[in-house]
Amino acid sequence: MAGQAPGHEVNGPPALELRGVTKRFGDLLANDGVDFDVRRGEVHALLGENGAGKTTLMRIVYGLSGPDAGEIRVAGRPVSIHSPRDAIAAGIGMVTQHFALVRPMTVAENLVLGRVPGLRLHPAEARRRALEASERFGIGAAPDAVVGRLSVGQQQRVEILKALARDCRILILDEPTAVLVPHEVAALFETLRHLVAEGLSVVFISHKLGEVRAISDRVSVLRRGRLVGTVAGTTPEPELARMMVGRPTFGVMREGAARARGGEPVLRIDRLRVETSAGRPLVRDVTLEVGAGEIVGVAGVSGNGQTELVEVLSGMRRPAAGSVRVGDVELAGRRPAAVMAAGVGRIPEDRHASLVGELSVAYNLVLERLDDFRRGGALDEGRIRAEAEALIARFSIRARPGDRVATLSGGNVQKVLLARVLSREPRVLVVSQPTRGLDVGATEYVRRELLARRAAGTAILLVSEDLDEILALSDRVVVMYEGEIVGEMAAPEADLERLGLLMAGRGRAA
Amino acid sequence: MSLSRRLPSPWSTPVLATGAIVITFALTAGPILVAGANPVAAYFEFLVSPLTSRFTALEVLVAATPILFTGCAVAVAFKAGYWNIGAEGQLLLGAVAAAGIGQAAGGLPQLVVLPLMIAGGALAGAGWALVPAVLRVRFEIDEVVTTLLLNPVALLFVTGLLHGPWRDPVSGFPESPRIVAVAELPQLLDRSRLHLGFLVALALVGLAWYALARTPAGLRLRATGLSPHGARFAGIDVGRTLLGAALVSGAIAGIGGMSEVAGIQYRLTGGLSPGFGYTGIVVAMLGGLSMPGVILAAVFLGDLTVGASSAGRALGIPSQLGAVVQGTLLLVTIGLLALRRYRLARPAEAAAGGATDALAAVALAGDVAEEPDTEARP
Amino acid sequence: MSFLVDLLAATLRNATPLVYGTVGETYTERAGVLNLGIEGTMYAGAFFGFGVAFATGSPLLGLGAAVLVGLLAGGIMALLTVTLGANQHVSGIGLTIGLIGASEFVNRLVFTGQEAKRITPFPTLEAPAALGPLAPLFSQYALTWVAFLVVVPLAWWLLHRTTFGLEVRAVGEDPEAADAAGIDVFRTRYLALMLGGALMAVGGAFFTLALLGTFTLDIIAGRGWVCIALVIFGRWRIFRGVLGALLFAAVFSLQFRLRILPGWDSIPFELLLALPYLVVILALAISGRNVAYPGAYLKPYRRT
Repeated sequence: MAGQAPGHEVNGPPALELRGVTKRFGDLLANDGVDFDVRRGEVHALLGENGAGKTTLMRIVYGLSGPDAGEIRVAGRPVSIHSPRDAIAAGIGMVTQHFALVRPMTVAENLVLGRVPGLRLHPAEARRRALEASERFGIGAAPDAVVGRLSVGQQQRVEILKALARDCRILILDEPTAVLVPHEVAALFETLRHLVAEGLSVVFISHKLGEVRAISDRVSVLRRGRLVGTVAGTTPEPELARMMVGRPTFGVMREGAARARGGEPVLRIDRLRVETSAGRPLVRDVTLEVGAGEIVGVAGVSGNGQTELVEVLSGMRRPAAGSVRVGDVELAGRRPAAVMAAGVGRIPEDRHASLVGELSVAYNLVLERLDDFRRGGALDEGRIRAEAEALIARFSIRARPGDRVATLSGGNVQKVLLARVLSREPRVLVVSQPTRGLDVGATEYVRRELLARRAAGTAILLVSEDLDEILALSDRVVVMYEGEIVGEMAAPEADLERLGLLMAGRGRAA
Repeated sequence: MSLSRRLPSPWSTPVLATGAIVITFALTAGPILVAGANPVAAYFEFLVSPLTSRFTALEVLVAATPILFTGCAVAVAFKAGYWNIGAEGQLLLGAVAAAGIGQAAGGLPQLVVLPLMIAGGALAGAGWALVPAVLRVRFEIDEVVTTLLLNPVALLFVTGLLHGPWRDPVSGFPESPRIVAVAELPQLLDRSRLHLGFLVALALVGLAWYALARTPAGLRLRATGLSPHGARFAGIDVGRTLLGAALVSGAIAGIGGMSEVAGIQYRLTGGLSPGFGYTGIVVAMLGGLSMPGVILAAVFLGDLTVGASSAGRALGIPSQLGAVVQGTLLLVTIGLLALRRYRLARPAEAAAGGATDALAAVALAGDVAEEPDTEARP
Repeated sequence: MSFLVDLLAATLRNATPLVYGTVGETYTERAGVLNLGIEGTMYAGAFFGFGVAFATGSPLLGLGAAVLVGLLAGGIMALLTVTLGANQHVSGIGLTIGLIGASEFVNRLVFTGQEAKRITPFPTLEAPAALGPLAPLFSQYALTWVAFLVVVPLAWWLLHRTTFGLEVRAVGEDPEAADAAGIDVFRTRYLALMLGGALMAVGGAFFTLALLGTFTLDIIAGRGWVCIALVIFGRWRIFRGVLGALLFAAVFSLQFRLRILPGWDSIPFELLLALPYLVVILALAISGRNVAYPGAYLKPYRRT
């Protein structure tokens, strides 16, 4: 059961301490005066949904980002960290989700990168060092294996070994089990217990309740940039879930009763399967229907297959198997033009890449249907401008038709996308993270628009990490976890705890 | 009606262009001194003296003609994101087609022959551009290498023809027989070599400008070059757009070859192109990939070319200095452009909310495990 | 049989400049930079190597000059693409234009009027007669021996068995990871570019200092571009790139020899000369799909 690490000392200063750490990105407060500490020989989990600020906080500790306020102390002494090198010098190591490994090189080469003086690189020497490190830390890694060919779990071990080989006393792991299969998770935990017994401190960032409880001594829960509380690792799951998701804020909300079932199904997804080029499944046999005038919210932490699902629905990615139908038209594997022609509007999560930033607002607004704006062989600039002005007015876009989209604020970029899509009166809307990074005003606006569309009979699939948003807008909620739909419920009956559990991989319906 | 906002600052384009020219001249002053001449006198010869007499001023336009074609061709391709480095070969193939038609066209009226030559040049140039384009669109094979390699092949084709079936029976030299009189591009003004090709070039540049700025196809092309992902998302067929851009680019370069044959040389020769295709790249970049810029850059480089040979005669400086200046100017220009992009990217991130939001979104979402890109191309 | 030996000997000889060029470009691209300045660098190496050899009477000094020119050319390319982050395609083309122009400029300046300037080139090292019919195969220029027996293995060893090579590879695949590991990304790229430039220049100098003993315009004739293709064909591996160089040189040497055979002499020799280039394009078309470019290829590195 949860770690009662025997050697875990409570006397003496904490191995790592954060006081009042604050970080803003523009209007967004990513970390709000966080106080956090990790003791020697402890596994301390940092729990929260995406957007809660966990990764941001640790990136500050590792020198990948600079805090706007606050202090960091290592072993009681304040340190100033401006780069990963400073962090490493202070004894902090971090394994990010995107490994900093050079894939075509061997394990030994990666371990030795940047650390061997002189010119000659004796492969025998490097191999010996790798084996030595491997034994010392009890992490098996074949020195001559090419990193790119290792399983993700093995790559992670190499990353951990790399950090340990630099004599770190504090190891930060960012969502380490996100890419592991169960037996690899068990192996990882075994390793961590072993390391912790020797006095290493571990910060374990996660959104997965079961694992957090299995490995942590203490758990700190972050929500919307603030520390909600620090509790023992043995705290029951429902309570942790509640701390994680909190209570819904009242803002823009769906009016009237949620429809138990939408009008007739417009969008039908049947056993959709998406894989990486290596064959790893990202979306597993997802079956879902959205009816006219219904909003189906897809809840779940980012990285559980939602992005890939949306990419297929948008025509930007081919699925490995399955079908996507709108009316009688089969759209799986077809290109964006066909998808749009079938009446699907798409609001993607990566706004900037989905528009052409260097072109004007006006051109971006009409880019999908240029042929409607011809006069003879040329573009009808007058009509384009008129259309742009009309859409700007209708959607309250704070920009002029001639402004380059790259100069617009996030909220206005989103409005441009909305305008482009909604002006075509789509039957289906596929929306992903519509209010991420937007200020309050823009957020309200977008949500109101979506509800208006719902009232007008559009079938809407809404993917969002923001549970409040899902609950406020959806009629039905499904939860995606590890590529599958693990639960479905009508929104009014949605039980926050249950949702939190499902999102965290627990409480799956039998 | 301009639908884009200019960046006002000391880094604006006219200032940049001037700066590039000044720095280039500073850098090339050394070789001029070594050649035993006064740099100031040399630059005067280079830049100003061609403009002082009617004949030489028109010669500037003559020199600008072929690089107007290639500059336009390259600019169109680059704007789409297609790196056509093969304009040299495409121009030569156009020249071959023109020489072929020109030799066989006796008896036809000029009104028929000239359009025929243009069409032939265009088809030949586009044909030479086809294989690399298909390889890129279908198989994602780097077009830089394939278009590049076809340049020496085109030259070999030309020399092969000139040593073989097209060797002039009269003179015995490796140059083709002269084209028939009706195939010649008429001169525009007497006592000058300026020919119709110059107007054809201007017309093409104008057409290209219009197509890029005012037509749906042109907008799609620009969108593809600016953001392939955004273009694809908006339903644009990126593959077809690139293929079209590549073929149009080849066609324009091919017409350029035709222009040199029918307007200046009146035959196919081995030395027809002293690197017009490569100079076209310089013209396109100096012109900022815009058509008005291409015209200015082509005239400027034409001025430099004429000036270089007159400087050679007047001051004893080898005319190759022109190429040195050209190369240096290109390097300085892109160096300054890169500097501008780098320096402006920083403050812009803080100021423009758009970029901030992107940053915030990334930061909040944390590091998401990446999968290898389905598009393997850089 | 002697035809075969003769052909192989010619292949090795003709492959020499390509080997230098391809190895040089491989280093550059492994570090993440496409150097289209190779054609100009080889040209400048050929010319300035020749010029210094002419002036001093020593081809060895000429070789040294070529090396210096190559280092300088690589340095300029690095300044543009690494420090300033300029577009690599255009930087390379500009460098080629500039270097060829500079070479022809100095050529005109210094050598006008002198007819058919020649130097005493490097000699072919004759193989001992004891090798009998195989002797021609081993009668090669010192530069050829050096290319195959020293440069190629050394280049491989440097790339795979030293920290420098490790850094070059890391920097070309994942500069962020390399940076995080404490490697100076800029410095490594500069070194790779300069080393590559020096090798390319030596490859160009081979034409003037060994093969021909004289300098002509268009001496490189697009072989720099061929090296670019060969690097991709070789999948950025030293030995495979050398294999490609041998392939090109073999086709090139073959077509010379085919011409004198009955029946072949009616084929225009330009077509045969074009054959090697076309073969390379074909090879790329066949094997060049979905190749794994170095991860950071064409991307300037900026710490975010």
